[in-house]
Amino acid sequence: MGITSILFIILAILAIISALITVFNKQPIKSAIALIFHFFMLAGIYLTLAAQFLAVMQILVYAGAIMVLVIFVIMLLNQNDEELHEQNKQIKRKLFSVVLSGIFLFLMVMFIIGGKQSNLYDGQISSNIGTVQTLAKELYSNFLVPVEITGILLLATIVGAVLMAKKRLN
Amino acid sequence: MEFITTEYYLLLSGILFTIGIIGVLTRKNAIIIFMSIELMLNAVNLSLISFASSMNDAAGQVLLFFVMAVAAAEASVGLAIILAVFRKKGTISIDNINMLKK
Repeated sequence: MGITSILFIILAILAIISALITVFNKQPIKSAIALIFHFFMLAGIYLTLAAQFLAVMQILVYAGAIMVLVIFVIMLLNQNDEELHEQNKQIKRKLFSVVLSGIFLFLMVMFIIGGKQSNLYDGQISSNIGTVQTLAKELYSNFLVPVEITGILLLATIVGAVLMAKKRLN
Repeated sequence: MEFITTEYYLLLSGILFTIGIIGVLTRKNAIIIFMSIELMLNAVNLSLISFASSMNDAAGQVLLFFVMAVAAAEASVGLAIILAVFRKKGTISIDNINMLKK
């Protein structure tokens, strides 16, 4: 068992634990901190898959930009205590959703384990597919039109966010 | 040869996606639902990267840029909507947000 496998197991366990804390914590701010930790663990997992640039992007975009937004909104909202303590009355509904997601996970595991194993990665990665050079070449040759469309999406997002966050909607 | 293969990455991705689904279905706080959606997006990202590594093709990693752009767009607009709803209703518990029902 190589160093990559050991790293993957440690990072995967930490990622699952922090994801569970994110989902089941009562206080939004603690969930946000756990989610930042989760993003760092995922960046480590990307490194074991030889996606160096994307690991850096993960930390910059998710743990940096998006989570700063989330934490700002949590602080702006100033929720009072009775809202934080959600009622545990609807146990039936929660049980139903957990069973439903369990079935979903079971189906996914069956597909992954029972799938054809011909083309799967056996631990040997060529480490140059994650470099900036390879990604940029791919991005600006085969994916040029989606890049432009993404630019339009971000422009629309700026307008939408400003409009939504304005004080008066007249 | 390493012990960990692509299947383990896909299993991890599936587990994280399921945790995200449980969060969306069971929680009432809009911000926590929002963070669960981020969890699900990241689980999909993980499976994309593991497929990119297994196929030795950079296209899967390039797709991640678009997922990140969409996630950033979703974050800014979604949080602005949450702020607007909080200003109007004074709460972000999704049980109390039923303005379209009336």
